[in-house]
Amino acid sequence: MNAFSKPSLPVRRGLIGLAGIMALLLAWFFWIVLGPGPMSFAGGSRVTLANYHGVDPTGVPSELAHASLLKKGEYLTRAADCGACHTARGGVPFAGGLGFVLPFGTIYSANITPDKDTGIGTWSDASFLNALHKGIDDEGVHLYPAMPYASYTSMTDADALAIKAYLFSLKPIHAVVRDNTLVFPFNQRRLMGVWSVLFNSDKRFEPNATRSPQWNRGAYLAESLEHCSECHTPRTIFQSLNNRRKFAGATQAGWRAYNITSDANSGVGAWSDADLAKYLSSGNAAGHGSAGGPMGEAVDKSLSYLVPSDIAAIVTYLRSVPAISTSDLPAPKATPAPASYKEGVVADYDPRGKKVFEGACASCHGWTGVSPVTHYATLTGVRAVNDPTAINVAETVINGTDYMPAFGQGYSNDEIAAVANYVTARFGVSPSRITGKDVAALRKQASN
Amino acid sequence: MTSLRINGQIHEVDVPGDMPLLWVLRDVVGLTGTKFGCGIAQCGACTVHIDGKAVRSCFLPVGEIGNRAITTIEAVGETPTGAKVQKAWLDLEVVQCGYCQSGQIMSAVALLAATPNPDDSDIDAAMAGNICRCGTYVRIRAAIKKAAGAQQA
Amino acid sequence: MTVHITPKLPKALSRRTVLQTGAAAGGGLLLGFQSPFAAASIPNATDGAPAPVGPFAPDAFIRIDRAGHVTFIMPQAEMGQGVYTAHAMIIAEELDAAFETVSVEASPPSDALYGNPVFGIQATGNSNSVRAFWTKLRQAGASARAMLVQAAAAQWKVDPAGCTASNSEVLHTASGRKLAYGALADAAAKLTPPAKPVLKNPKDFKLIGKPLKRLDTPDKVNGKALYGIDMLPAGVKFATLAASPVFGGKVAHVDDSAAKTIPGVRQIVVLDDLVAVVGDHMWAAKTGLSALAITWDEGANAHVDSAQVWKDIKAASEHEGAIAKAVGDAKKALQEGDPFEAHYELPFLSHAPMEPINCTVSLRADGCDIWVGTQVAARTQAAVAKLTGLPLAKITVHNQLLGGGFGRRLDVDGIEKSVRIAQKVDGPIKVVWTREEDIQHDFYRPVYYDRITATLKDGRIDGWKHRITGSSVMARWFPLGFSHGIDGDGVDSAVDEPYEIPNMRVEFLRHEPPAVPTGFWRGVGPNNNVFAIESFIDELAKKAGKDPVDFRLAMLAKKTPRLASALKLAARKAGWGNPLSPRRGRGVAVQVSFASFIATIAEVEVDHDGNIRVHRITSAVDTGIAVNPDSIVAQLQGGLIFGTTAALYGEIIIDKGRVQQSNFNNYRMLRIDEAPEINVHLIKSGEAPGGIGETGTTAAPPALRNAIFAATGIPLRRLPFDREVLAGRKRV
Ligand code: FES
Ligand code: FES
Repeated sequence: MNAFSKPSLPVRRGLIGLAGIMALLLAWFFWIVLGPGPMSFAGGSRVTLANYHGVDPTGVPSELAHASLLKKGEYLTRAADCGACHTARGGVPFAGGLGFVLPFGTIYSANITPDKDTGIGTWSDASFLNALHKGIDDEGVHLYPAMPYASYTSMTDADALAIKAYLFSLKPIHAVVRDNTLVFPFNQRRLMGVWSVLFNSDKRFEPNATRSPQWNRGAYLAESLEHCSECHTPRTIFQSLNNRRKFAGATQAGWRAYNITSDANSGVGAWSDADLAKYLSSGNAAGHGSAGGPMGEAVDKSLSYLVPSDIAAIVTYLRSVPAISTSDLPAPKATPAPASYKEGVVADYDPRGKKVFEGACASCHGWTGVSPVTHYATLTGVRAVNDPTAINVAETVINGTDYMPAFGQGYSNDEIAAVANYVTARFGVSPSRITGKDVAALRKQASN
Repeated sequence: MTSLRINGQIHEVDVPGDMPLLWVLRDVVGLTGTKFGCGIAQCGACTVHIDGKAVRSCFLPVGEIGNRAITTIEAVGETPTGAKVQKAWLDLEVVQCGYCQSGQIMSAVALLAATPNPDDSDIDAAMAGNICRCGTYVRIRAAIKKAAGAQQA
Repeated sequence: MTVHITPKLPKALSRRTVLQTGAAAGGGLLLGFQSPFAAASIPNATDGAPAPVGPFAPDAFIRIDRAGHVTFIMPQAEMGQGVYTAHAMIIAEELDAAFETVSVEASPPSDALYGNPVFGIQATGNSNSVRAFWTKLRQAGASARAMLVQAAAAQWKVDPAGCTASNSEVLHTASGRKLAYGALADAAAKLTPPAKPVLKNPKDFKLIGKPLKRLDTPDKVNGKALYGIDMLPAGVKFATLAASPVFGGKVAHVDDSAAKTIPGVRQIVVLDDLVAVVGDHMWAAKTGLSALAITWDEGANAHVDSAQVWKDIKAASEHEGAIAKAVGDAKKALQEGDPFEAHYELPFLSHAPMEPINCTVSLRADGCDIWVGTQVAARTQAAVAKLTGLPLAKITVHNQLLGGGFGRRLDVDGIEKSVRIAQKVDGPIKVVWTREEDIQHDFYRPVYYDRITATLKDGRIDGWKHRITGSSVMARWFPLGFSHGIDGDGVDSAVDEPYEIPNMRVEFLRHEPPAVPTGFWRGVGPNNNVFAIESFIDELAKKAGKDPVDFRLAMLAKKTPRLASALKLAARKAGWGNPLSPRRGRGVAVQVSFASFIATIAEVEVDHDGNIRVHRITSAVDTGIAVNPDSIVAQLQGGLIFGTTAALYGEIIIDKGRVQQSNFNNYRMLRIDEAPEINVHLIKSGEAPGGIGETGTTAAPPALRNAIFAATGIPLRRLPFDREVLAGRKRV
């Protein structure tokens, strides 16, 4: 048989099968690549900013309309939360060096102070915009999407340059950032270029003409500056955002970023507008507990600086995101636990859980879960406590929050697992079964 | 001005609402029996009673107290349970440096008020939040039981 | 061969005590006495300023007023160890005073008048308050009694020999006449104290040996007791401070714009090495401090970390140290036998007394008042004199009750910082450290690295070499205690160990950790040595195939019979040898420390994940005459808890030149629900009293460690106990 003769039947069948699989794979691939955009859910008609006739949803709020460029830049820098990632633990703000521990290595954030050698002091406006919009640095090197440029891409040039102006007003800090420690193939920057082509829209913000100005402002803040999706929207196998499940929750730096869709049980649908606003601006709302981990940082470093109208805009926008019910997150239990430690917990819990709780936790959280000390410490109704994985409870115990000390150093993995299980069993809707091993893994994932 | 009901007396204090009761007691009202040990609700040295319940005053914002009754170590002996606990403490020589003991006694009195006849695990549940660096735990446990016995008698 | 003798701390006990009397202001008898030793040229570590050595200083040891009330001016600080009561008991005993008439006052600072006979300076530490003052106080009491008797006899014109004293009265036996001490005080004041007062025979003691109620406790249960932190002089302002988080760092820049807007914040004090915020109350000071943006110039120590500290000390320990003790021929014995070697590591520890460091200062142009609880009143005075340039006489130290000392209050850094802040502030100021500051700016129990090698012959130790590598706290704190390369405290309980060992060599190798300040910590040198030695002895027993108790007894019986009896008693009381369930074990440790003989047996349980539960600890102690037996039991109970905390949790870790622990969330304390059952058995003894405040602390870690060894077969060689090792996830 020569090489060009017709293949035999079985081979043909095989080839057809292969082609079928390829086609399916391709379809699946395009299904992901061509998935909806972050604001597609809203429908209506989108227009370019130039063609939008409502109040400009971008820029600074009206309170700062007449402020200097630096003041505006400062506000926007905070809104974009640049400091959270570009500051090492205990390090100088914006001097970079914070490590992001990923399964395939650690990425360190860049020094974005205007230092000419180690920072961005020599960057032109164009290279700054390139970095924010395209994920390419001044030397043409592709950034890892740990830098949320797929969100920042919708930021206006004016806002991005105001941020740059602010950053350039800071004291230059000479700080060499450590090299990333990624393994092959993740250390291949070029791949990031491919990723970018596929998953970064490289489009500036387009208001939705059918929605209110407030909604559009909220959309700009939430999608571009605050980049909420980066944590709260699950990702595809290619690490792009899966907007089909927008805001349905994901895991970030070891913490669960919860479902913030309008679903009444697993999302924030049952929260009042006032509670949402309070939580966003202060990291706390009675009955919903306190923000910890990355959300705590987002509040501390970014959201708490937003003016009330901007917070209200974000709330409006959040409210419009369609409800997605996630079965792993039941509606939080609203009733306090019994006043006596003797009641209220399933029989088969690890006795160390009670032991840790009575020593380190009960003083503040109370045996009922309603804090005798401050509503910041009330556990009843809190999402994390009603998360049957107990991941965020364990993370909170390990790392603490603004109000709560961190217990990670003083307590063993087993103890932390035991107390997390005790807390979910006592105060939550269903008890967790987290283990010391799980806690060890959580410790490793924390950024440092 | 915040109005506080401390040991049966009204005190008007001009302090921020988020100021923990501990410092109001110690530095403004001058009741220094309530101690500062950690400031993060981990040691119990600052324990007072709010409506008879043991609360860590180092974390309790005065603005959240309202009209509830505050009792400190200086006045807890005026209640029968408080007096019995203090007596048991002396009878068994619980105290060493004594710095933690205001808090220990306040926690113990609240325990006995709620659970007149506590067993060991009741004592653990109520007292584990109170650290004693001198290590008087063995006697604290014994004194609580003794006070409970005296209460029954 | 040469035998180097450990430098012993100067012993003043043998020196003659000078007694002086005088009339008290307002009448009555004053009996002062001072050791001539105190006048000797002991340099004050903080200052060379000489302590006042006058002829008769009216603030002396005992005052008896016309109402018969006895006031004892207490040289030692009360930090919970019960010394107020024990000293009062000793005086009342020899004085035959009714105990209810005796009260205690803290002494003013004076090395000369109130110097600790062991140190020669006024210091409370080393568990020696009772042993050091034992003879001195008895003599004082006996002298006063003799003078009162003499005064009564003179009044009655009878022979003093026909008179007795009891219950604060002198009785003329023949006539039955009685005179109360109060009525005799004025007359007694005119008499010369006897050259050689006759002390009671211990069998006639009426108070000593009885579990009397402590004098300092009633006010500690009702909130009235005042500690340094409770001082509120009129017009006082409150401050809290931040020193450089990196050891030795300096303030580079402070942005106080936000702090200044906080209501109640009055002043921000910036010194070269610290920043303090002064406010109307601690809350203002505290919130003000956290609102400051402080940039530190971290200096040379920003790279120091624990891993390096361990590497360095381990490397240092390869070298020979100064020979602190040599008996027989250790080298030969080790060469000839089959040597077994092990290394032990002890971490930095913070004191964390419940009362955080604080000091209240009223500094004026013409004088200074200091309110503080300190273990070193005279050193405090000298330090303040040096800082302020004021003469000693213008500095009044009001020593208060201590909310725990544990050695932390042997250093005056907190007082010095407060005075330096006070120099920038108008009016009195109370400086209170946050717990975080307290833990991160301590003088830490040093890291130690112990190497022990031994050989066995006929089931007993034949050769023994112990090299102790660690910081010399003495060299900094009390230079006389460090000589010829040997830290007298650092080798305590190692050079005088209780076992019969024919060939023995103990070395001390001073190795200072970079940047981390070290200090005395409850249990001091013996902490390290008892842990290393007693852990090692258990490993040797296993090697010898002997029961740990029998192995020890065989080598103790002749040399240290008091310890052997204690061990037998402890073993009996703890049910040594009775079967235990799997993963449970009993461990034993014995020690002669602070002149007390203690055997301790711990019973623990270790699960497969390495979690440890301490079930019970039994101690038997011969501490000589037990002045107040109940206090002794209490001290042991507390000390055992203190030591258990250290063994289970205690470790200060340094990273980037900073202490990583900060408060009780990460510097963990044993809590009541983890506290074991503790049984302490006192052995009756007629020997002079030993020390007790620190002994439990040194006893617990090796006993627990050996119990874990028994339960799991894993020979832990490092404190605190590593659960990962016990779970089999990490090697020893
Ligand atoms: S001071 Fe409040 S619990 Fe420690
Ligand atoms: S008695 Fe000293 S801390 Fe409890």
